[in-house]
Amino acid sequence: MSFVNIFEGYNWDDVKHSIYSKQARDVENALNAQQRTLEDFKALISPAALPYLEQMAQLSHRITQKRFGKTIQMYIPMYLSNECQNICTYCGFSLTNKIPRKTLNDKEILSEVAVIKKMGYDNILLVSGEAHITVGVDYFKHAIDLIRPHFSNIAMEVQPLDSDEYAELAQAGLTTVLVYQETYHKEEYKTHHPKGKKSIFNYRLETPNRLGEAGIHKMGLGVLIGLEDWRTDSFFTALHLNYLERTYWKSKYSLSFPRLRPHAGGIVPKMEMSDSELVQLICAYRIFNEEVELSLSTRESETLRNNLIKIGITSISAGSKTNPGGYTVATESLEQFEINDERTPQQIAEIIRQQGYEPVWKDWDRALQSTSSIPV
Amino acid sequence: MLSIADKIFSSRLFTGTGKFSSSAVMRDALLASGSELVTVALKRIDIHNAEDDILQHLNHAQFNLLPNTSGARNAKEAVFAAELAREALETNWLKLEIHPDPKYLMPDPIETLKATEELAKKGFIVLPYIHADPVLCKRLEDAGTAAVMPLGSTIGSNKGLKTIDFLQIIIEQSKVPVVVDAGIGAPSDAAWAMEIGADAVLVNTAIAVSENPVRMAMAFKMAVEAGRMAYEAKLAKAVHAEASSPLTSFLNSL
Repeated sequence: MSFVNIFEGYNWDDVKHSIYSKQARDVENALNAQQRTLEDFKALISPAALPYLEQMAQLSHRITQKRFGKTIQMYIPMYLSNECQNICTYCGFSLTNKIPRKTLNDKEILSEVAVIKKMGYDNILLVSGEAHITVGVDYFKHAIDLIRPHFSNIAMEVQPLDSDEYAELAQAGLTTVLVYQETYHKEEYKTHHPKGKKSIFNYRLETPNRLGEAGIHKMGLGVLIGLEDWRTDSFFTALHLNYLERTYWKSKYSLSFPRLRPHAGGIVPKMEMSDSELVQLICAYRIFNEEVELSLSTRESETLRNNLIKIGITSISAGSKTNPGGYTVATESLEQFEINDERTPQQIAEIIRQQGYEPVWKDWDRALQSTSSIPV
Repeated sequence: MLSIADKIFSSRLFTGTGKFSSSAVMRDALLASGSELVTVALKRIDIHNAEDDILQHLNHAQFNLLPNTSGARNAKEAVFAAELAREALETNWLKLEIHPDPKYLMPDPIETLKATEELAKKGFIVLPYIHADPVLCKRLEDAGTAAVMPLGSTIGSNKGLKTIDFLQIIIEQSKVPVVVDAGIGAPSDAAWAMEIGADAVLVNTAIAVSENPVRMAMAFKMAVEAGRMAYEAKLAKAVHAEASSPLTSFLNSL
């Protein structure tokens, strides 16, 4: 059964009301539970849980160390292209933004790779807009072939693809795919994505199903915080995760929690999330699911990132550029969103070490992918 | 002394190398533990780099490396990874880990048996990580395993010996060394495993994640020695209270 069937059994307003009705005793029950349910998760993200933030952080810290040890995984994005046929009201690459468009050629990809390797990275995240003709599966496959000799782990955050396309890319060496739903509010989704293939809500919603069918090792979920009520959106993320873990039990999962950042032609968030609430959400995700990876980008501030290392996140990027060619060939091209923490990977690694953690650059080996396309 | 395949170990504490706050802390803790067999995940090391940080820190006369296949999801991937590890690290010892379930990292018994058969034929000293399944242990013996490594509880859970009844059956029946792996959360768990006759234990999370990994490693060393000594000295059986109404006194009147 596809997630769409499950999703349609829920009503946004009912879920929202249920979250905002949670009381202190629901939070305490959730904190003390042995196995935590989606109802517990609602309590942990509810306003009623804010007074329990320190307790939640302590618990999240302990659970995370037990599972992931005193380590933080390092990754870096590499933007391949800012061509895009979608209109997304919140994105710098949106079709209607009159910006110069750029797609990296082979030579440019390799010079970016060289700089990223020098920073120490072995785990790369390829990013693009959505332009199927020029930046489609063939382009990605070719890019992966070029990049694969240089990185033990290759992740991708591009437009949703079909299952056989994912299988083809997995065969080429892709291990991880991130596809964020942006918002699970179907009507609101439509207003933020009025044009392009991305405007089809259900196709995006079923992307993790297609990834699971293709046997992708790891998939990343999340919403863009600021488009809608973050609590309700996070509940649907947790619901999605729960469903996927049962359905595709051989896949790993990671969650991200990007907050809307300023960019060219940007919109004002409908609902702001405070720093305390971000901490609350990270802890809630961790307490609800002890095994899921939690990833933090350079969208957040230095102080916040320094302090989140111990609270529950498991992977972090540093030194990121969010424009194609940003590391070498087109350093001035327009970025997708503004970076908030501009410190170098080495500075971030040092901060991680100072907190008593080891920055991990390599945690995958191509040898383990000799049979990439596993039958499901 | 414990012997597995061609090696003799004076320490019955095997250790893992993940989750430490730095490679230096790892080395200091493992040295303090007295461990002579340390397992290292192929996916964490760069075998093409002679100066790999983890390998550099494990380059010490006390340690024998036990590469593991963590990340492999089936026999084919595990065998491929094993061959790469053998070539790069110059050891035919292998901790076979096949867990297609990345959430609880539960070992796949079918793929593990298949891979053990194949690897043993290829000359590997195979130590497979398995559920505490007595029948599987016997099947692995037939397949040529060098030891068995049944779990006490799920990896990294620190929950102790939840599988105690099955561990006892495995120890009673086994012709190969039994190494209790996974879930050992405290020195008392390790001592308990040794008291019931395990040949060794493998500990990682409980040492790596403690506030003071070096002290914790020493505590595990002592617990493993104490547990083994108690096993060899033969623990007195627990004495149960006698039933108030004797059931066999009628025999006296016959």
